[in-house]
Amino acid sequence: MTEPLPKPNRKNPLVRTRQPLLPPASRSHKAHGLTLAAAAGRFMLQCCGECGQYTYPAREACPNCLSADLPFKDAPTGGVLLSETRIEVTGDPYFREHMPWRTGLVRLDCGPSAVVHLHGDCGGPGSQLSLSLQLDRVGQAVLFARPVSETPDMEDDPQWREMTADPKYRRVLITDGRSPVAVALAIALKKAGAAKVFVGVADRWKPFEEQKALEAIEGVEIVDLDLTSERSIQELAMDIGAKVEILINTADHVRPTHLFNAGAINTAREAMDHTAMGLMRLAQAFGPVMRSRGADGKTGAVAWVNVLSVHGLSNVPQFGVHSAAHAACLSLSQWLRSELRQGGVRVINAFTGPLDTEWFQTVPPPKVAPKVLADAIMDGLKRGLEDIYVGDVAKDIEARLFDNPKAVEREVGQ
Amino acid sequence: MILSRARQSYDGVVLAVPVTVPYQRYSIETAHWWMGKALRALAEGAGVSHRDFDGFSVSSFTMGPDSAIALTQHFGLTPRHLDHVPMGGASGIVSIRRAARAVQACDADIVACVAADTNQVDTFRKTLANFSRFAQDASYPYGAGGPNASFALIARHYMDTFGATREDFGKLCVAQRDNALKNPHALMKKPLTLEQYLSARPIAEPFHLFDCVMPCAGAEAFLVMREETAASLGLPFVRLLSVIERHNAFPGDPVQVRGGWVIDRDELYGMADVKPDDMDFVQTYDDYAVISMMQFEDLGFCAKGEGPDFVRQHTFTIDGSFPHNTSGGQLSVGQAGAAGGHLGITEAMRQLLGVAGGTQVEGAKLGLVSGFGMINYDRGLASAAAILARA
Amino acid sequence: MNGDILATFAGALASGQIRVVDLTHTLSPDFPVIVMPPELGQSAPFRMERISRYDAAGPAWYWNNLSFGEHTGTHFDAPIHWYTGRDLPLNSVDTLPPSDMIAPACVIDCSAEAAKDADFLLTVADVAKWEKKHGRIPPRSWVLLRTDWSKKTGAAYANLLADGAHTPGPDAEVMRFLVGEREIIGFGTETIGTDAGQAGHFSPPYPAHHYLHGAGRYGLQCLANLDQLPASGAVIVSAPLKIQNGSGSPLRVLALVQERSTG
Repeated sequence: MTEPLPKPNRKNPLVRTRQPLLPPASRSHKAHGLTLAAAAGRFMLQCCGECGQYTYPAREACPNCLSADLPFKDAPTGGVLLSETRIEVTGDPYFREHMPWRTGLVRLDCGPSAVVHLHGDCGGPGSQLSLSLQLDRVGQAVLFARPVSETPDMEDDPQWREMTADPKYRRVLITDGRSPVAVALAIALKKAGAAKVFVGVADRWKPFEEQKALEAIEGVEIVDLDLTSERSIQELAMDIGAKVEILINTADHVRPTHLFNAGAINTAREAMDHTAMGLMRLAQAFGPVMRSRGADGKTGAVAWVNVLSVHGLSNVPQFGVHSAAHAACLSLSQWLRSELRQGGVRVINAFTGPLDTEWFQTVPPPKVAPKVLADAIMDGLKRGLEDIYVGDVAKDIEARLFDNPKAVEREVGQ
Repeated sequence: MILSRARQSYDGVVLAVPVTVPYQRYSIETAHWWMGKALRALAEGAGVSHRDFDGFSVSSFTMGPDSAIALTQHFGLTPRHLDHVPMGGASGIVSIRRAARAVQACDADIVACVAADTNQVDTFRKTLANFSRFAQDASYPYGAGGPNASFALIARHYMDTFGATREDFGKLCVAQRDNALKNPHALMKKPLTLEQYLSARPIAEPFHLFDCVMPCAGAEAFLVMREETAASLGLPFVRLLSVIERHNAFPGDPVQVRGGWVIDRDELYGMADVKPDDMDFVQTYDDYAVISMMQFEDLGFCAKGEGPDFVRQHTFTIDGSFPHNTSGGQLSVGQAGAAGGHLGITEAMRQLLGVAGGTQVEGAKLGLVSGFGMINYDRGLASAAAILARA
Repeated sequence: MNGDILATFAGALASGQIRVVDLTHTLSPDFPVIVMPPELGQSAPFRMERISRYDAAGPAWYWNNLSFGEHTGTHFDAPIHWYTGRDLPLNSVDTLPPSDMIAPACVIDCSAEAAKDADFLLTVADVAKWEKKHGRIPPRSWVLLRTDWSKKTGAAYANLLADGAHTPGPDAEVMRFLVGEREIIGFGTETIGTDAGQAGHFSPPYPAHHYLHGAGRYGLQCLANLDQLPASGAVIVSAPLKIQNGSGSPLRVLALVQERSTG
């Protein structure tokens, strides 16, 4: 039975904040096939294109037939526990802080045996288990086994929490309260047990409809935050930087224009200023302190979520500036990811199709309801994903990009 | 159908000059320093210059960035048979087998087999973190327990399947500590009781402190040559009756319950024309007692699954019913990296040469040495064994 | 005319006989800017990004990069700002005659009315009332509408409701009158624009902009400290940045006020 996570006490100012340590990071090139799957929450192992046998660990040739055709394919997630141990002693500094650590040897339903991280609620040898690929604190893919059926408080298992970014008892900053997704996010975060939700709002002198709805949620605090102002961001970071364990960047700036319009450059500059430059300003102000707090107790800094348009992956002419701005954000997020990884803080990109909001009024359905996006982000945090595709449009583009990015380029917006 | 023939005998191959460079828990020296000590002791023991060694076979985890060829220049050797055997606990016996064929075919006259490793403060952790691609990808990131964690999974499964208990493992460990107290080279100097064994702090269940070897620095070495060479130098020697190696045996076993010895043991005993019962002592590779138990089974001293019972039926001290790891084994002498696989060989040579001193088994004429190594991912891949006889 | 006038002026400044009142708000990122419907182009707010501050980017010096729209903070509107003034000569801030940058001001105090009604509109009747008390507005004078709006901050200052901004300003008739009948040099307010918040619904829309700039006159907005000025007699110094073809610019607006003799 998982011990429920106790509500964390206020920080003891006399105690040093622990520096984040990371689990072993080295992996072979091939092993990143698992990273790709884990990032999107899929369970994929190498499966021989010639003889059909699954194989693990990742390798360059099928041990059954020596075929080099070993793509990663979705695999059944079941397995049986063959053996287990509880590691009490290690020379590795990260794991030393997390001892004891339960691991097991699992016979996967698809064939191979695998060493796995073992959830505390898994039964002993002979138990049926459910496997997943998770990203650990250093962002590398690992196999994690959980019981087949849910158990009470299983999300609080200390090993599982190292693989996830569960909002429970964590403090969250939503950067743009004017975003149509802000209210839904705040509600979802409180439901997920977040201790506090800061909601940034620029130009408080401009009224906005959602203010009342946000203020009505217990534990929500509206704070001044203008993503286009370095000073505004830094001042907020000075106040609450050390209290943000999850940052959800909802910045967006949709202003349709035509590439050849005289004012398109201004539109682009504004969009870039709100989104790409905003992300960079946020990273400069909040990144260092979040990175330093990756091991600050059981509810230390854990995730940075960017809400991005799926059109950042392939430009849609109708929203050309928007697409370009989000492409820039995607690139910055990769940069940010490499920096935050050093503190064990994961960067999650939620790629969404057009939201069911004013700026996408002319776009035909299917569109994404803010609540659906909020729920998908919660799911991503709780499962520790890195790439989330929200809504039918985003999922369609993801699949089609995987298949043929040129076709997406030619067909999009037609 | 692949045409296969029975392998040729190892007639006329002998081993001489067992060398142990006394171990240290930690050393500020490099592996090369320990190798140099071992080579010098071999040369002095053989009464020749080290430049006369025309064969060199080396095993080490910590000699990087050097390879065997670099070591020839480092030590001033000019060999015509040069081997690097990076097979951990199996490398000692594997180097015997290869050296034996080299001297038998007169590709070389004297092969110096040397295993040495240093143990600086962070050596062991670094070795584990970079041990192999599969370990790096698929076992070390899982708690970084190293071999303790990997063998704990094998041990736990063995206990569940065959009914072995911690007391059974403890009996082997305690017996080896008794033996070690008679070996001046052993790093463990204090007696160990079963109670102490059982109540020691856990390391990786089911393993506790005394289930695990202590990494240290040290070197082991010996010479392989033809009998005529030994005679010409006036060196006492032991005979090599048979030797086997096998790697990645039974890859389909979901969890390791046996090693490659099972495949080759009939040939091992057949070539030597002896039976398991004929052995006066056995030196198993004891990185963990459960692996020794597995070797009792796989080398034919009892059937698969009877290991626990075999342990209960016997005593394993030097004067016991089944003299085993008479030096104290790695568990009580220390594990000097790759030299751990040579420890049983030098000890067996001393037993058969009658120079084992305090650990001498009365009238030992025939002995079996076994090697095991390289937990590349979830199991030890290399297994090897040799039967040695008093000349 | 001789040099004595300026010497006298300098002496009066030094002795405090002439007081200098700063009518300018501090340029800061928090100061509201005009909000246009989002699908239209927007004025960039004032932003300041550090180049260096005695640090690795400049070890001994402190300086910043600034960015802002022409119409941010306390700012000046040139005739070219509005379509009605687009074809006039000397209609941009770089060509503006320097002599126009110093001119007397009449201050019409409507602070009591504006306190009661955010949508208060200055009318010809209000001007007539003022002239009755203080005399006719001289040609080439600034008319400054005092509302004390500059004492508000943030949301109260912008006062944006669902139907737009609600701030005081002139009606269309009074602008026609001031520009046509009184030949004022310009019109100044304490609010974000020279026009009232709801002036888009007037006829013509934005009459202050329409008439002022159509006649080659100027606007000043986001003024402060109008409560420190006499109803008449102050001289305004308002020199916008010399921006090529610029439609306006933030600037420092100073008022020179002669202290009344207490003796």
